[in-house]
Amino acid sequence: MITVDDDLLREMYRRMSRIRKFEDTTKELLLAGELYGAFHTSTGQEASIVGSCMALRIDDSMVGTHRSHGHPIGKGAQLDRLLAELMGKETGVNQGKGGSMHLSDFSIGSLGETSIVGSGLPVATGAALAYKMRGDDNVSLCFFGDGASNQGTFHESLNLAAIWKLPVVYVCENNGYGELTSAKDAISVEDISIRAVGYDMPGVTVDGQDVLAVFEAVSEAVDRARRGDGPSLVETKTYRFENHAVGRLPEHYRSAEEVEYWRTERDPLALFRQVLIERGFDEQQIDDLEAAVSEEIVAAIEFARQSPAPPPEAAFTHLFSPSAG
Amino acid sequence: MRTVSYIQAVTEAMTEEMERDESVFIMGEDVAWNMMGDCTGLVEKFGTERVRNTPISEAGFVGAGAGAAMVGMRPIVHMLIAPFMYVAFDQIVSIISKSTYTYGGQARLPITLRAPMMYGVSNAAQHSDRPYATLMTIPGLKLIAPATPHDAKGMLKAAIRDDNPVISFEDRSLWGQSGEVPDDDLIVPLGHAAVRREGTDVTVVTVAGAITLGLAAAEQLAAEGVSVEVVDLRSIVPMDTETILDSVAKTGRLLIADPAHEMGSVASEISAVVAQHGFWNLQAPIARVTTPHTHMPFNADLEKLLLPNADKIVSEVRALME
Repeated sequence: MITVDDDLLREMYRRMSRIRKFEDTTKELLLAGELYGAFHTSTGQEASIVGSCMALRIDDSMVGTHRSHGHPIGKGAQLDRLLAELMGKETGVNQGKGGSMHLSDFSIGSLGETSIVGSGLPVATGAALAYKMRGDDNVSLCFFGDGASNQGTFHESLNLAAIWKLPVVYVCENNGYGELTSAKDAISVEDISIRAVGYDMPGVTVDGQDVLAVFEAVSEAVDRARRGDGPSLVETKTYRFENHAVGRLPEHYRSAEEVEYWRTERDPLALFRQVLIERGFDEQQIDDLEAAVSEEIVAAIEFARQSPAPPPEAAFTHLFSPSAG
Repeated sequence: MRTVSYIQAVTEAMTEEMERDESVFIMGEDVAWNMMGDCTGLVEKFGTERVRNTPISEAGFVGAGAGAAMVGMRPIVHMLIAPFMYVAFDQIVSIISKSTYTYGGQARLPITLRAPMMYGVSNAAQHSDRPYATLMTIPGLKLIAPATPHDAKGMLKAAIRDDNPVISFEDRSLWGQSGEVPDDDLIVPLGHAAVRREGTDVTVVTVAGAITLGLAAAEQLAAEGVSVEVVDLRSIVPMDTETILDSVAKTGRLLIADPAHEMGSVASEISAVVAQHGFWNLQAPIARVTTPHTHMPFNADLEKLLLPNADKIVSEVRALME
């Protein structure tokens, strides 16, 4: 059992709150027309994200998915440049060229997010290969969804990582749906973690709404990777509170009751608040923490709004790196 | 100057770059077994970590190359043959070509894909493609097709040192050819065509292995009193259109010899560039000697029928001279 002190608990809650408030805000801004593009929010998956990211060091890397506004936040990114990116501004993390589905912040080890489902798995595997070849003690973590576990890249990556004993942790955020199709109708197994057996690596399924459970499972996998004992698969059972894409599609594929159940009974922030109270925090402390996050969000919106749009010539920059070759 | 074969030149390029820079490594199917004969001595010198056999798992190991490159390695990924890239197409297009741009310059991708092309040897449609034109439509990739041992070495070394993704299309019809290669640290900068034979009547631009055909045709036509300038394209992206336009300004006639399929080809692109920017220098329509828009048949005679050869170039040039 990993011990989690009060500072760590507080930081976990703070990051989860940052994700929730960030996403509530981005949804509003999208529906108001201030943000644009295909838009998939992390709301409901905060515990899975934060529990995983906080098991990593800042210099460990991670790769996200099309649904990854929350992941850089979980890894410690500044909110202002993320929001500026969602507004397509020059000050955005990707200078306005990536947007919602491709946030990246190399300064905190976010090697980017890929919007073709499953395409990030080989990338994270390759980062782990580099760490191993160089003898670095870094760990590579790969987020992907239940949908990606049916892609060939999932199977190819796990196989490569296993035969090469790479320091990589595969975190499958099973939110129950790949786009609109239920995981039940698309995946041959109830628990995706069982697929680890085929690649001779540990596989574990945890409650993705319980940040401490995720933290413990991913920490164990990270330690194993850092020790040189190879890859692991961790499946977090979670739920996407919002539709596949915000404001775009009908939601006829799942029931209102189901959504309501997860929102009221399985909200990771509400559940974690309860844990904090049990651990001796008082409500006021948590409210203060949330208020501070709200201020950060207000400042981020202001920063993004005030930031300049990229100039026309930016459409042509960064096609190539200036070669040192 | 010493003479080495194209395939030896490729091996030398990899060996020298791996000696020079510890972040360079090669991976691919059976590279440590030296299956293709182009990795001679590598595993003995550098071991199986840096000369890394992969499973038959192209999307996995091409994408892993991209990830390794993003955190500072310089992988050479051996595709065995070019069509195997199709299995890894999403990794090449969505990740390798786009990450530097999409992430606003944060990601560097110093990765080299070696894509030997094996055609004209009865391997039928799935094994015989020359897919550079398909890749040419994707921004963010540098594409090269070195056509001499000298360039095979110098351009591959430049590709490995480049901080960007480079795909090297090595024409296996050239692997056995020998040529002069200097002993020193040879770097041939990417992006430049080379005039292989000077002439005044017709410009023949050759792509990849078509250099052999272009030079043979030029020799034959010289006997007929037709002076052919042969331009070896060498670099497909970026394309040295200036050298081509300068040559056409001199000769007034253009033929492009390209072993790939004609529709949407490198030959088509060069035709469009010259029609747009060199039109008033042309004294005859532009000619293309390519492969027709059908698949490679297994039957050796049928395959031969489709591919460019020196006779086709000669006859097209004669028509241009009428």
